[in-house]
Amino acid sequence: MKTKKIYLDAAATTPVAREVLDAMLPYFSERFGNASSLHAFGREAREAIEKAREKVAGVINAKPEEIVFTSGGTEADNLAIEGLALAHPDKKHIITSAIEHPAVLETCKTLEKQGYDVSYIPVDSEGIVDLDRLEQEIRDETLLVSIMHINNEIGTIQPIKKIAKICQEHGIYFHTDAVQSFGKLKLDMKKIKVDLLSISAHKLFGPKGVGALYVRNGVKLKALLSGGGHEQGLRSGTENTAGIVGLGKASEIAVKKISGNEYKNIEKTRNKLLERLLEIQGVRLNGSKEKRIFNNINVSFQGIEGEALVLMLDKKGIACSTGSACSSHKLEPSHVLLALGLSELEAHGSLRLTLAYPLTEDEIEYVTSAIEESVRKLRRISPFK
Amino acid sequence: MKYSKKVIEHFTNPKNVGEIKNADGTGKVGNPVCGDIMWVYIKVGKRKTKKGEEEYIKDIKFQTMGCAAAIATSSMLTELAKGKTLKEAKKLSRKDIADALDGLPPIKMHCSNLAADALHKAIEDYEKKKKVRAKRRKDENQTNTNL
Repeated sequence: MKTKKIYLDAAATTPVAREVLDAMLPYFSERFGNASSLHAFGREAREAIEKAREKVAGVINAKPEEIVFTSGGTEADNLAIEGLALAHPDKKHIITSAIEHPAVLETCKTLEKQGYDVSYIPVDSEGIVDLDRLEQEIRDETLLVSIMHINNEIGTIQPIKKIAKICQEHGIYFHTDAVQSFGKLKLDMKKIKVDLLSISAHKLFGPKGVGALYVRNGVKLKALLSGGGHEQGLRSGTENTAGIVGLGKASEIAVKKISGNEYKNIEKTRNKLLERLLEIQGVRLNGSKEKRIFNNINVSFQGIEGEALVLMLDKKGIACSTGSACSSHKLEPSHVLLALGLSELEAHGSLRLTLAYPLTEDEIEYVTSAIEESVRKLRRISPFK
Repeated sequence: MKYSKKVIEHFTNPKNVGEIKNADGTGKVGNPVCGDIMWVYIKVGKRKTKKGEEEYIKDIKFQTMGCAAAIATSSMLTELAKGKTLKEAKKLSRKDIADALDGLPPIKMHCSNLAADALHKAIEDYEKKKKVRAKRRKDENQTNTNL
């Protein structure tokens, strides 16, 4: 039998869309200018970057000057949190959640070592941040609340509108890591008072190595890199023109997808696949059924370990992950699943499937039986049936 | 992270999977934090040698919940241990198993390489049970003499 290849790891990364690549290509060799140069080559690059900025801003109804290009989501998170802290040294308390991406958690830990106090707000069994707890934690010296929009592992959607309101009432800055939601869910910066919002291109059929930070007008940050003062002094370094153009193009396409049927179709096929998987014995859904991004599935299978399952599925041409690709470097179970209240063994048995496209009926069938068969095989080896 | 061909072979087709009913010794090791749990069962046999008699691993089986490395090391352990005298089997180390698999990724050397520990525990279990049996027999004999 010919092995099919089915990519179900869109939350890790997506391929660069053909149109995105086509838009980028001229900016490597033909239009190679440095956007800071005064001559025609430079002006051409500058123009392309500013056009891309408008497109990125358009996705979230922001002003173009509120978009700062970075090397990706991780840098955007670092710049948001550390940059804000450095610019406001009088306030030394930060509130975040227990299920943030390492780019946020590790930045907070770095600040803790520098004398900052960080509160990690717990989540309920579905992975939703406890808003009462969040409000209780607010003090006079609270500078920032940083809560992600969509969790990368379990796809839970946080109530960022409510969080933004709480922050506004208390005069606290609000940062959200929107790497998994930018271009997928409707976001309007005129309606939600988010101060800082992190964006990445490669989760949205754009290139790796480029992202952006939305910085609401009037919010002061201190740059983390010293240099020529590019990006309004917030991100020194010659602009990655081709990458930025790619993010712009990906944003333009995403806006059409948000208002079109593509995402609804992905959701329909995700629901079908999920329904089939939940029929397998000893399975549990991790995260929320309703408050969930349209392309995410995260399930735990009793008695087996996720990495073994991922490897077995890889042999059958199915690409997926356990927890998040980033934590594959560590052996500890996912901090996100532990925060939901799963035991360590349950957390180790997790499998994340994230769709990049709607699946065909055949693909749903193939993936379901491959998972069923692999789970059965691993349970035969396991002492826990 | 990349696994050796041998690890993938043993992971895909593990040898000696299962439980031995009435095992002579059982060794259970594991660490839920790492997600690896291993149960090893042994059957001990006796065979004649020039010097007399020796005990050896007549049969060995395992059950493992864990990653590919955990399953592959368990499988390799059973192959290495089968037929060895208890004295030899006690000397089987984590390194022996990793070497036989053409190495493990460094991050997997500690947590997932527990198979040797499980075997040592199973042998300990066997020897403890043997002592208990011997003591019981001795006590019974004594009771019989006293009567």
